[in-house]
Amino acid sequence: MKNFDYVRPATVTDAIAAAAAPGAVYLAGGTNLLDLMKGDVLRPSRVVDITRLPGLDAIESLPDGGVRIGALVRNAVLAHDADFAKRFPAVAEALLSGASPQLRNAATAGGNLLQRTRCAYFYDTASACNKRDPGAGCGARGGETRLAAILGWSEHCIATHPSDFCVSLLALDAVVEIAGKAGQREVPLEDFYALPGDTPQRETVLEPGELITAVRLPAEAAAFSAHARYLKIRDRTSYAFAVVAAAAALRMADNKIVEARLALGGVAAKPWRARAAEALLIGERPGREIFRHAAEAALTDAKPSGDNGVKIELAIRAAARALALAAAGTPARIPALPASPFAVPNGVLHV
Amino acid sequence: MNLPVSFNLNGVTRDVVLDDPRMTLLDLLRERLHLTGTKKGCDRGQCGACTVLLDGRRVNSCLTLAASCDGAEILTIEGLAKGAALHPMQAAFIAHDALQCGFCTPGQIMSAVGLLLEGQAGDDPERIREGMSGNLCRCGAYDGITAAVLEARHDLAAPDQAAA
Repeated sequence: MKNFDYVRPATVTDAIAAAAAPGAVYLAGGTNLLDLMKGDVLRPSRVVDITRLPGLDAIESLPDGGVRIGALVRNAVLAHDADFAKRFPAVAEALLSGASPQLRNAATAGGNLLQRTRCAYFYDTASACNKRDPGAGCGARGGETRLAAILGWSEHCIATHPSDFCVSLLALDAVVEIAGKAGQREVPLEDFYALPGDTPQRETVLEPGELITAVRLPAEAAAFSAHARYLKIRDRTSYAFAVVAAAAALRMADNKIVEARLALGGVAAKPWRARAAEALLIGERPGREIFRHAAEAALTDAKPSGDNGVKIELAIRAAARALALAAAGTPARIPALPASPFAVPNGVLHV
Repeated sequence: MNLPVSFNLNGVTRDVVLDDPRMTLLDLLRERLHLTGTKKGCDRGQCGACTVLLDGRRVNSCLTLAASCDGAEILTIEGLAKGAALHPMQAAFIAHDALQCGFCTPGQIMSAVGLLLEGQAGDDPERIREGMSGNLCRCGAYDGITAAVLEARHDLAAPDQAAA
């Protein structure tokens, strides 16, 4: 690991000033950053420890019925907050399907949004990577592409965003609150990430030194609480990144779908909202055929970025199944294996 | 760059001056404070051998900067027993033969103690297994580990052990 200056500011204003320097990074949970630094993938010259900043670790109910999640709220704390999990069960299930208990105890909401791709070619400093070293090329093209993108990718980068949390947040119209030198601003999560194009090193709309202070869910997001699920297809039942994942949420009345939300994970450089699929579901009765039809619409533009065409059908099936699970109703308790296709109503199917 | 850090380690206040900000909590424990019960397995947050309780939460000490532990309360495997009396989780691991080589065991035990503090798994073996999924055991002692966690849960719930 390259040496760095360690600073621990006491206020958000001081943190933003400290992080404006070239080569500076913020440290929160550190679960991704330290891993990348140990691998020499990231070589910051200054680490700005924000873990003691006041006021950023609250889960706050807003007067309008929404919720503000402070950037430093730990994943496990949020997922196990009884009121939050009841109102936003797909978000809690997504959180609990990610990483390990130890990592969820350290990782933060803000850090989750900013975690880097798990593309092996980004991690391997001997491989070419346009994200790590702009202009170097993309080692993943023609390489192992099981975790690579099928939507929104470019010749320059086929990496995927690894978050589960963000997929569920995107389905529910989350908004990102940001502090910077120029003051506060907010950006819908849907507009927060950039597709790779020819600048895959630019991943978000954040300017240097800007700090995520909170993520907000609007009051309307809680209207889906009776029919909201997250489904994650992965190579191991626990503690693995998604090959594909889907967050599905429905608002139902008289056994008809009044409003639908669908977002996909593991398929693109950002969590992927499937608005065309959502529109097809309005006014329909839940059923296999309509869910398959909607899921196919979500993947209309998909194309393999390598030997990963299987992910298109896998994503269609995962999306359709997530919709069916949502239609069946949010379980009273998150399954023992959260978001797993092996979780069944009365326990677990083992292979 | 000298960084003074003060924290409570296994019930004792420790003041340390770090001469390198790169030092992880794991390396501080093992190399500076000579508490080698906490193991370095992968050193990348994947195996769980380095699990300790930080402010009551189980975390991977290999992914925690020592400098950021200023003011924290840290519990390692060395701080678990009360003198010669083993913690119920340690006793249950022995009773159920929940190890073979033993390298992952301190991390398993600290993770299991953290799991019970979280109070989410209950008596469900499936929830215990999922809750222990951040700790790898290459010898494959998982059956014994699950049985030990279940037993320790009951031991800790018994009235005479409630304060343990």
